Amino acid sequence: MLNNYQLDGPTQVEIFRRMALLKGNDERCRKMVTTGRLVMTYYSYRGQEVIPAAMSVNLTDQDYLCTIYRGIHDMLAKGLPLKDLWAEIAGRVDGTCKGKGGPMHLTYPKKGIMVTTGIVGATLPIANGLAWASQLSKDGRVALATFGDGASNIGAFHEALNLAAVWKLPVIFLCQNNQYGEHTAYAKSTSAKRIADRAIAYGIPGLHVNGNDPFEMYAAARQAVERARAGEGPTLIEAVTFRFHGHVFGDADKYMDKAQKAAAVAADPYPIYRTKLIATGVASEAELAKIEADVEAALDVAVEFALQAAYPGLEELTTDVYGVSA
Amino acid sequence: MSATPVKAKPSEGAAKQMTLLEALNQALHDAFADDPKVVTLGEDVADPEDGGVVGVTKGLSTKFGENRVRTTPIAEQAIIGAAIGVSLAGYKPVAEIMLMNFTTVAMDMIVNHAAKLRYMSGGQTSVPIVIRTMTGAGFSTGGQHSDYFEAWFAHTAGLKVVAPSTPADGYGLLRSAIDDPDPVLFIENMPTYWTPGEPPPKGHRVPIGKARVSSPGTDLTIVTYSGMANTSLAALKDIAAAGISAEVIDLRTVSPWDQETVIASVAKTGRCLVVHEAVVPFGVGAEIAAVVSERLYGKLKAPVVRVGAPFTPVPFSKPLETAFLVNAPRIAEAAIALVKGKH
Ligand SMILES: Cc1ncc(C[n+]2csc(CCOP(=O)(O)OP(=O)(O)O)c2C)c(N)n1
Ligand SMILES: [Mg+2]
Repeated sequence: MLNNYQLDGPTQVEIFRRMALLKGNDERCRKMVTTGRLVMTYYSYRGQEVIPAAMSVNLTDQDYLCTIYRGIHDMLAKGLPLKDLWAEIAGRVDGTCKGKGGPMHLTYPKKGIMVTTGIVGATLPIANGLAWASQLSKDGRVALATFGDGASNIGAFHEALNLAAVWKLPVIFLCQNNQYGEHTAYAKSTSAKRIADRAIAYGIPGLHVNGNDPFEMYAAARQAVERARAGEGPTLIEAVTFRFHGHVFGDADKYMDKAQKAAAVAADPYPIYRTKLIATGVASEAELAKIEADVEAALDVAVEFALQAAYPGLEELTTDVYGVSA
Repeated sequence: MSATPVKAKPSEGAAKQMTLLEALNQALHDAFADDPKVVTLGEDVADPEDGGVVGVTKGLSTKFGENRVRTTPIAEQAIIGAAIGVSLAGYKPVAEIMLMNFTTVAMDMIVNHAAKLRYMSGGQTSVPIVIRTMTGAGFSTGGQHSDYFEAWFAHTAGLKVVAPSTPADGYGLLRSAIDDPDPVLFIENMPTYWTPGEPPPKGHRVPIGKARVSSPGTDLTIVTYSGMANTSLAALKDIAAAGISAEVIDLRTVSPWDQETVIASVAKTGRCLVVHEAVVPFGVGAEIAAVVSERLYGKLKAPVVRVGAPFTPVPFSKPLETAFLVNAPRIAEAAIALVKGKH
């Protein structure tokens, strides 16, 4: 059951600002790949912006995040600076990981971004460990693991939910159900009608929400964060959304249901929320346009910075395989 | 994994060139047609999901039905477990693990179960499964999508490991792997999927454990497999330009490897260079170097030399990935140094 929270105007606008940043960034990434200016395997998150935007306004820089290859939206919402991101995905030494991680393995501990994995299901068990650290040091941090609907079918998901429940860990399992895992549709691979229902088996709350509705998503996020901070244990959130651009950007998405996709794209949450903020008087058209223009300007700077930056020197190839022994 | 468009079209006995991708697809179609006990399972392998991320299983579900050709949830442990189980009951599963890095999730099933059930049951049961997987660096996919882990599997008694480099070998080895009474890990080198080559004769078999001399020579023996077998051939021009005649042996099977062919060649040339894409330490090259040194002690003109990746994860950044990956110039340089005594 979702609590009823009142969302104040500034928070509503802040959620929009984060959505605008994520959407603008995704569009720029796709443009750079399409024009061949950047070579990378790009997993577009277009259509899923509401989830991290509404989640992250409930988190602090100290809270932890473990995310996936399709997780640049999670990281930007958590505060990953654009310049560091772009230099990394361009493989440059000024990137978050000196260009050695790339788009699937960004890390930025300053904002709590601890792990980005390319292995399905791997975020949940690791987030448990981060949550355990908070429990040990009583520092009030919350750990957030994000993952897809497909990941809820792998053993790691089930092991992690059980462990978190038994240990009452301050962790949030955020499933971004975009209805496909690679080319396989939800129903063909997932037995549960709702992934949130899987929480029942582990005795923890499972919240099923419309991940494209900022108000609902905010409520679920806040409820889970408050529960975690109060020491009451983990929450599973299933945020239902849709992936607009196939699994890997550039795939032909023949395997997708055309009508389903068309309906999802027509219900793009971004313009809907934008219109709503203006209609309810929370923000003016000019204010929102300014936010969007600022995003574009920041992207111009970040992309230029990344393309000018140097590649790592060859000594980096063998650096950081091991640490220095004490 | 990025999906690249496929042109795999099973065509009966075509004499024109064929890619590895087409050859593997053909091998599966032929095996399915020949034996109703052959089944396959893996992520996205059926046609509604595009017949595999690169299309190796394309057309199978349409032709043989989704009961024999099963798209699975993302659950590698469940995939290999089901393959083991169905094989215990007499079927011949070909399980696909999309990328070699994802075998890690199924390691218990592969190492503790598939490899050992025959032995632990005193020969009462067996696990005739094929695990197809692909890998290979060069596509900027970073640290978790392009490793060569063959040494782990070759180090496990009860498993066989094959790694073809040409379309005809791919076809013949896949057919033999399906016929084989034991678990076979079948490694497909991603960058060579689309390289055309001689088409295999229908029903062709390449025996597991038999190497192929892919280029004869007299001054040194290059022992290699998988994608590096092609890269080694590409190095021959520079090696010849230095006045050196190299014999290239494509192992085709990593375990059990063809010691007789390798030993006969090195006995003739007196020098051995092992080339693989995987990192050098504790790799397949170490085993080959040890056996060659043991068996040809006193007859070698130089120590056995290994060429492989540096001992690091695969880096993302292009210049680093390029430096990580073994290429033809590095092989040529090592071969020339080995013969000219500068190793
Ligand atoms: C253990 C493992 N198996 C397979 C893959 C290949 N793979 C990458 S993403 C993906 C689909 C994941 O779907 P989902 O969890 O729904 O996340 P989404 O990509 O839709 O965001 C698969 C199968 C992988 N990365 N890791
Ligand atoms: Mg999904």
